[in-house]
Amino acid sequence: MSLQIENLSVYYQTLKGDVHALEDITLDVKLGEIMGLAGESGCGKTTLCQSLIYLNPPMKYMTGRVMLNGNELPIWDAEKMNQHRFRDISIIPQYAMNALNPIRKIGPMIRDLLTSKKVDYKDRLPELKHRLDVVNLPHDVLGMYPFELSGGMKQRMVMVLSTLLDPTLLIADEITSALDVASQKAVSELLVKFLDEGCCKSAIFITHDISILYQIANTITVMYAGYLAEKASTETIIHSPRHPYTKLLIASLPKIGVKYSEKHLKGIPGHPPLLLNPPIGCRFRDRCPLAFEKCTEVPPFVEIEKDHFIACWREGSHA
Amino acid sequence: MKNLRIHNEILYFALRNKKVQIGLIIILFFVLLALIGPTLTMYQPFEYANPLGPQAPSSKFWMGTTFFGQDVFSQFVNGLRATFIVGLLGGGIGTLLGIVIGFTAGYYGGIVDEILNALTNIVLVIPTMAVLLIIAAYLDVRSVFTECILIGLTSWPWTARAVRAQTFSLRTRDFVDLAKLSGMKSFKIIFSEIAPNMMSYLLLVFILQFGGAILTAATLDFIGLGPTNAISLGLMMQYSVLWGALPFGMWWWFVPPGLAITAIVGALYCTNVGLDEVFNPKLREM
Amino acid sequence: MLELDHVSKIYKVGTFGGKELHAVRDVSFSIQDGEVVSLIGESGSGKSTIGKMVLRLISISDGSITIDGEDISKIETKESKEYYRKVQGVFQDPYSSYNPIFKADRIFHIIHDEFYPDVDKHTWDDKVNNALQDVGLNPEHVLGKFPHQLSGGQLQRFLIARALLLDIKLLVADEIISMLDASVRIDVLNLLADLKTRGLSVLFITHDLSLANYISESAIILYRGCILERGSTEKIFDNPLHPYTQMLISAVPRLDQKWATKVKLDSEAAHLGVPTGCVYYDRCPYAFEKCKVHPEIIEVSTDHHVACWKVSDSQEK
Repeated sequence: MSLQIENLSVYYQTLKGDVHALEDITLDVKLGEIMGLAGESGCGKTTLCQSLIYLNPPMKYMTGRVMLNGNELPIWDAEKMNQHRFRDISIIPQYAMNALNPIRKIGPMIRDLLTSKKVDYKDRLPELKHRLDVVNLPHDVLGMYPFELSGGMKQRMVMVLSTLLDPTLLIADEITSALDVASQKAVSELLVKFLDEGCCKSAIFITHDISILYQIANTITVMYAGYLAEKASTETIIHSPRHPYTKLLIASLPKIGVKYSEKHLKGIPGHPPLLLNPPIGCRFRDRCPLAFEKCTEVPPFVEIEKDHFIACWREGSHA
Repeated sequence: MKNLRIHNEILYFALRNKKVQIGLIIILFFVLLALIGPTLTMYQPFEYANPLGPQAPSSKFWMGTTFFGQDVFSQFVNGLRATFIVGLLGGGIGTLLGIVIGFTAGYYGGIVDEILNALTNIVLVIPTMAVLLIIAAYLDVRSVFTECILIGLTSWPWTARAVRAQTFSLRTRDFVDLAKLSGMKSFKIIFSEIAPNMMSYLLLVFILQFGGAILTAATLDFIGLGPTNAISLGLMMQYSVLWGALPFGMWWWFVPPGLAITAIVGALYCTNVGLDEVFNPKLREM
Repeated sequence: MLELDHVSKIYKVGTFGGKELHAVRDVSFSIQDGEVVSLIGESGSGKSTIGKMVLRLISISDGSITIDGEDISKIETKESKEYYRKVQGVFQDPYSSYNPIFKADRIFHIIHDEFYPDVDKHTWDDKVNNALQDVGLNPEHVLGKFPHQLSGGQLQRFLIARALLLDIKLLVADEIISMLDASVRIDVLNLLADLKTRGLSVLFITHDLSLANYISESAIILYRGCILERGSTEKIFDNPLHPYTQMLISAVPRLDQKWATKVKLDSEAAHLGVPTGCVYYDRCPYAFEKCKVHPEIIEVSTDHHVACWKVSDSQEK
């Protein structure tokens, strides 16, 4: 087991009170697994990954614990986490294009980064060059400034950079959202390749685009308004989802070949609740076509069949 | 139409910020002193009030008297007024010019920008102090107001540059395009769409200009090019040095104006740093 | 109603404008009344540049754009307001489209002040309420709020409602749903398609082929400022002829099948200057000698045009 999260809750402090961004998250990521994390904006997917990397104010750690390779991560202590960041757990940020220092050449920048982690640049150089080959970047880029690279090349450079120390867990935060279809595909496939080559041992791939997850992820976790809604293997989520939210979400995606003149697709009416003073019970209740009295209580995240978890009174209670 | 919620939040953080608190208290103290001070003393600044000549602070002359027996307190509080006028007016003119030039250059871009930018750079590299010296030396009668105008006319370039850069980044935002699609005139777009977004920034710029103008005025006064028909803190320092306050140990003559200038400018910068933290949530301490 | 005739846009870049960046090269197409046309391309393909030229936000370097026979570059600044009564735009980033320090419904007040100063407040409020209901919003829930209090989908609907207040003929929709959540995307898209029934034409700019296929009759595939393929959406999607279009369609993530072919990774820096041959030459798996010469766009079948030597050669045989 690579990553285990137990009952993690993280809030945001604001003047008006706490924003309940993450509530009671329990999940795990196996070695060799790419876990896709999907959900609407504001559902807490980025908060979840942010808290695994750098939990800083106004984020506030509430409860729960996080284990990586069987060791507890001190996520509430930003200082202590330093020894784990980049080494054990690493992130490709959403705006990877802007992650490189514009006035430093790429090679020296990597050297500084490695030195700060007490790794010798020269030792790591052959591996670095090998990985540049993997992502089809010429070795000359190490002597270039970031502006000399195109957006897609920068993105790949950052991917190489974040995985240079073979982290146990790699977090990819919406890395395909700003890209064109062709680059989306290229970047997603590279992530799979990285895992195959052992550049990282497991990955969390955050995106709002479920169809990309279908292409590369082993399992998919769907979040809604700070809670986990459903987790299962990719095939199960796409072809036989159980949670009403997952079902509606998948039904709203336009598939190639479907035309407006022939078939009207439908979105999900309503909006996610505000997480400042969130409603009690299931947070999807207002928008859920199946809601009933029981939904005023928070549904537990239970395993209804092997490796298929769901938080819903309608579906979960049958198990 | 004002965003009350955001304004309240900023006010809340501003009043909780230690730097803003300290800065505001010091400035408020001096403003009150400048306003009330002159009514508390019965002497005019240049009146030879003390026939005994220089005297250390006493119950009659709270801050002592000068070499000529003039009341230092009266000079001090009147000088404070001049200092605030210079800051407000000189800094104000500098800010206003900078804003207008910066907005115009930044919004229109192209050839307008090239010309205004060249002008900005020229004024920027001219040794301001030397020009001020020459102009000030040519004027026979100098008032506080001429001083303000001179300072304002030479201090705008940095503001213009900063405002231009900010305008550049704001004018590419979609809401500016949308305003154009609504047929709004350029002038209206600048002042009703772009400027409100820079209010916090413009306030900070003004505070810096305010402090800068006070310092420049003090320098001009000190080297003898200050107003010829009024008193100011800089002039007090000049006179004190001129009439040997240092060798004779008349500390009460030069310490108050020197301290006040330092305190006011320091407090302004302190407020500025504090407000910067308030406006920029990333610098805020929770 | 909208006609682009050999339109180009050239930017001067580098120190002293020494280099030229051809954002749009020799693009011609037209939109009929009540038609939705998709302009499909990657970032840097010049699709947004075309949209901005149509909206008169940037100048046209060469060629002409006409609406109902009127050349838009000849419109005086004074008359541009009349132009904007007919043509409006909605942009990609809903949050950037609103001035963050004002309430969101200010966009309606501006329309009132600028276009209908004579309409009294009461009538105007009714008009706004109707427009909001037309785009599927409940006026009571959305009026009087700040942009950050509304969702991206609501904000984009607001902008569409704003355009409807003007009785427009053409709407330029520049990537308007790419930043929205999947659950509301489709509703905004449906709304756009519904505008057709009001006789509105829509220029739908997108990088997402499945969306283009969903709502438009015609599609234009753009790459580095050039049109590579255009025609009826159906023909292009059922029978993509240009290698670039084929690659794009195969790269779309789908829920019914997994990716097959690999994408060729771009290892070049930004493109400057004028390529003499086919713009897709560097990445094309079928490139051959002839492709060093610029291929003209030819009609391969009714309402299906392609600019590719491989296709035109096979046509001749």
